[in-house]
Amino acid sequence: MENSRRTFLKIAGISALGLSAKPVLDAFALDIDMLNKKINAAPKNGALTAKRWGMVIDTRKLETEEALKPMIEVCHKIHNVPVHENKRHEIKWIWEEGFKHAFPDLEHEYVNERVEHLPFLVLCNHCKDAPCVRACPTKATFKQADGIVAMDFHRCIGCRFCMAACPYGSRSFNFRDPRPFIAEINKKYPTRMRGVVEKCNFCSERLDEGLQPACVEASNGALVFGDLENPESEVRQLLKTNYTIRRKVALGTGPSVYYIV
Amino acid sequence: MSQNNHHDKEEKKMYNKGEVITGLVLFAVIFAFPFWYNMGKAAPVPEPVLTEQAKAAKECIKPKALMKTDHMQILNDWRNSVARDRNRIYVNSSNKEFDMSLSNNCLDCHSNKAEFCDKCHTYASVSPYCWDCHIDKPKEK
Ligand code: SF4
Ligand code: SF4
Repeated sequence: MENSRRTFLKIAGISALGLSAKPVLDAFALDIDMLNKKINAAPKNGALTAKRWGMVIDTRKLETEEALKPMIEVCHKIHNVPVHENKRHEIKWIWEEGFKHAFPDLEHEYVNERVEHLPFLVLCNHCKDAPCVRACPTKATFKQADGIVAMDFHRCIGCRFCMAACPYGSRSFNFRDPRPFIAEINKKYPTRMRGVVEKCNFCSERLDEGLQPACVEASNGALVFGDLENPESEVRQLLKTNYTIRRKVALGTGPSVYYIV
Repeated sequence: MSQNNHHDKEEKKMYNKGEVITGLVLFAVIFAFPFWYNMGKAAPVPEPVLTEQAKAAKECIKPKALMKTDHMQILNDWRNSVARDRNRIYVNSSNKEFDMSLSNNCLDCHSNKAEFCDKCHTYASVSPYCWDCHIDKPKEK
């Protein structure tokens, strides 16, 4: 008697569990389908395309801090990057760095005087083998077909693994809601929210409109942008005819930003 | 043994019957309070308001009924297409092309977010976090 009641309860319990699990499993299956489903979509007409975008920065044309300002300003303005008084909350996509911090592995006590005091423009290197992409547990940071290391802010959970993984400090975290700290919002571009990471996106939204990155446009030719895998491209011509350096190459990240010094 | 028997007999009796029953009834009434208090007073289902521009366009990217039930799914697909693949152009079943942009396209026509989006969202008690990042652009009048 006792025994058969126990058996009955067991079977009833398992069946109930099975019945209630079904819709849950179905919901998950649906979710995965949703991610994989492709809608009838196409790139914009006239979008700039490349196998792997890269940039060459000619520091001979950017000798002073003043000279870097327009590029930093335009980038931060069009991308709604907030300005925080508190340095620890600072958000930056592109900024100025001294030689010994930008290239610590090339620095030594007798380094050339011009280079020692030269302000370097630094930004995300859109690394070929990007450690931030590997670190991100949600694929919020990922590599796009044209080599751009992009961020899907919708998926960022704010764990900051990517920040720990990036050896260049290219990423910033929104400790606070950025909106009140944006002087003039560019209504064409979204802002971020509190709790996500952000960084330079090589102006992918402009490339899709057929435009060069904003910093390149503002640089008077000091910054050149193009396809690293096309031997005819302007960046490849510059790399062929000038000696260039990249940041922390020994780490094996394969930075796509080159500097002529 | 005899004490045990005594107990068994007593357990069949209900103590404080009056209080217990009253308590139960009170509990049931208070528990059901929100139901009977709101009875017959359901808020009317809101109708989203269309702007002149939206009215003039006559058609959204898909039929109205589908937009009502599936817009969140559509926006989700759009988001994946744009943010992941950078395929920004959507082609609908009548081969019309649309820029997949919530702020720059959807809200260009539906420039009355409060009357169009918020009304139903508030009624249905959903709070989508689109607006934490995407910018609502009411048309300058
Ligand atoms: S520079 Fe940093 S953020 Fe940019 S791709 Fe390389 S590792 Fe990632
Ligand atoms: S903070 Fe966001 S982008 Fe960075 S690793 Fe975590 S989820 Fe990915």
